[in-house]
Amino acid sequence: MIEGNFLPRWVSIGLIPLINLLLAFLVSGIVIFFIGENPLQAILVMIKGAFYYPGSIGYTLYYTTNFIFAGLAVALAFHAKLFNIGGEGQAYVGGLGVGLVCLALDQSINSFLVTILAVFGSGIFGAFWGVIPGYLQAKRGSHIVITTIMFNFIAASLMVYLLVNVIIEPGQMSPETRDFSEGVGLVQVHKLANYFGISMAVSPFNISFFIALIVSFGFWILVWRTRFGYEVRSLGHSETAAKYAGIDVSRTIVLVMAISGGLAGLVAINELLGVHNKLLLGFTAGYGFTGIAVALMGRNHPVGIFLSSLLFGALYQGGTELDFEFSSITREMVLLIQGLIILFSGALAYMMNPIVEKIYFNYFKGPKNA
Amino acid sequence: MLEMFQICISLLDSTIRIATPLIFCAMAGIFSERSGIIDIGLEGKMLLSAFVAASATFLTGSPWIGLFSAVVASGFASLIHGFACITNKGDQVISGLAINILASGLTITVGIALFSRGGQTPSLGSDQRFMPIDFPFQSLINNVPFFGDLYSDVISGHNVLVYLSLLAVFVTYYMVFKTRFGLRLRAVGEKPEAVDTAGISVIRMRYQAVIIAGILCGLAGAYLSIAHGAGFGREMSAGKGYIALAAMIFGKWNPIPTLFACLLFGFLEALGNRLQGVELYIIGEVPVQFMQALPYILTVILLAGFIGKARAPGAIGVPYSKEG
Repeated sequence: MIEGNFLPRWVSIGLIPLINLLLAFLVSGIVIFFIGENPLQAILVMIKGAFYYPGSIGYTLYYTTNFIFAGLAVALAFHAKLFNIGGEGQAYVGGLGVGLVCLALDQSINSFLVTILAVFGSGIFGAFWGVIPGYLQAKRGSHIVITTIMFNFIAASLMVYLLVNVIIEPGQMSPETRDFSEGVGLVQVHKLANYFGISMAVSPFNISFFIALIVSFGFWILVWRTRFGYEVRSLGHSETAAKYAGIDVSRTIVLVMAISGGLAGLVAINELLGVHNKLLLGFTAGYGFTGIAVALMGRNHPVGIFLSSLLFGALYQGGTELDFEFSSITREMVLLIQGLIILFSGALAYMMNPIVEKIYFNYFKGPKNA
Repeated sequence: MLEMFQICISLLDSTIRIATPLIFCAMAGIFSERSGIIDIGLEGKMLLSAFVAASATFLTGSPWIGLFSAVVASGFASLIHGFACITNKGDQVISGLAINILASGLTITVGIALFSRGGQTPSLGSDQRFMPIDFPFQSLINNVPFFGDLYSDVISGHNVLVYLSLLAVFVTYYMVFKTRFGLRLRAVGEKPEAVDTAGISVIRMRYQAVIIAGILCGLAGAYLSIAHGAGFGREMSAGKGYIALAAMIFGKWNPIPTLFACLLFGFLEALGNRLQGVELYIIGEVPVQFMQALPYILTVILLAGFIGKARAPGAIGVPYSKEG
């Protein structure tokens, strides 16, 4: 190929992902149309629901926080060409870390310290759940996709068992732990604003969001500015080349999966320390899976992941509004949109390339082989 | 003694009922993966076809139309999978995942729009379902001790799809190992270049494989909603597609061992349900969650090479392009 026959960057990382996204929305619109509602009206309701009503932006950013953590987890593994489908389970077990730290310590030591330890607890427990599939891939050759899927189910069973039989609040019917004591947890932004005399609508938006931004920056440093990041990316490009360059492939795989699991585990701090203030059944609600869509759309880059997390945050929050405004479309519509985004931005990511190339070179740059 | 025997009979009976959708899906997985296409979309295709089967049956009153529609819907989902990973050389895992999430969203969304029951379909009467078939001479053999119960509860008395699933295993075995199609299928999954050189279209073979997989998943879905169950409920596939995937790996991509893996996983679930709240000697009560997790734990252990070695087809997950 001759230099100059490649698509410019703004087309390949800007325009084509945008076209794929629009295709996903177009198909969703067609489904809404067949259900007998107006797609444009649905979009309007979702935008209003996500940004317009009091507190809605807070809700959007609260969802965004989950997706940043889950998206970064998937993205780091993708950089090493590992597909971590286990974010859901890692986040769930991360919650166990939060829960155990809080339940064990919140009566005895300073609540600020407990919160910090709980944040680390989520990361460490998530890392543990990620590192086992990583180890099995590196040392025993098990396929990471299958192992992480299995680990999601094992995590779900484990958590049900623990919550129903072991750490449930005594004398309670629903499988939840007792509330963490007062003062433990990550403060919600509207409370912080009130403290400084600014009035803000109530929402679950809490300072985990800022932790997510700091972690995103750390992710960028780690992947593009450290030796370890270089090793990870080399491994992602070619395992053989990495091996010949003297990179310890097994060690890198294990470490990547540990960090990836830890990142997924952090979803728990937003949910448990920021909102629920206790450990409860099913708090991960599919966020780990959404992380895959986020990473694919964000092209595994923190900035892209932030933007796609924001989009998914808006979709989730806007989706809840669908329940109120329409009788026949509900928030599950968002699941459909999410599936379509994974299909078009992930599996069919290169479908539009030949067409776009043809149009670009024929109409903007003259014939390709001139 | 007699009570023990009764318990065994009822355990075997529920094992077969639970294993049926696993068997269909695992055979689907064998076709797809033997051709080199990873199929984690078994779950989604089963869910989608369960919904379509129940809806079409409710709207037309005929379970046969329901069954047919389910197979068509699942086949269509397979075509999307094929279009993404065969034609467009997309990532097979991502495509399968997309199908699973799409199926979750689509079944609930369309379900609510059609029936306004929170995503469920109205329940189906017994004339709109595949009901248990009683084999001949049941009343005669019934009086024979032991064998009578075995005959009437375990062998006879299932719906037509249960027997079809067993037939599917032998058909799969025959097609994969005893026909020219099967030879080519396996070759396409191991060394697609060789098949291409022999003048056979890799693309065509792989499309055929994923469509067969789609049809089989459609049967699994129909079983859930119009044979075993009486209507569709949200997320009614409940991870069975993934258990089937595990069973397929457990059976090392071979139909007969996979059948036994499905039966084993079905038995574990049946046993788990049975043991709920029962105190056992020495061990005490076995948590039902442990029994539920056991198929996944066993698969992880198997994949890690601690019990034999499961080897996937050589070219699995790799899109085929001519000229390397």
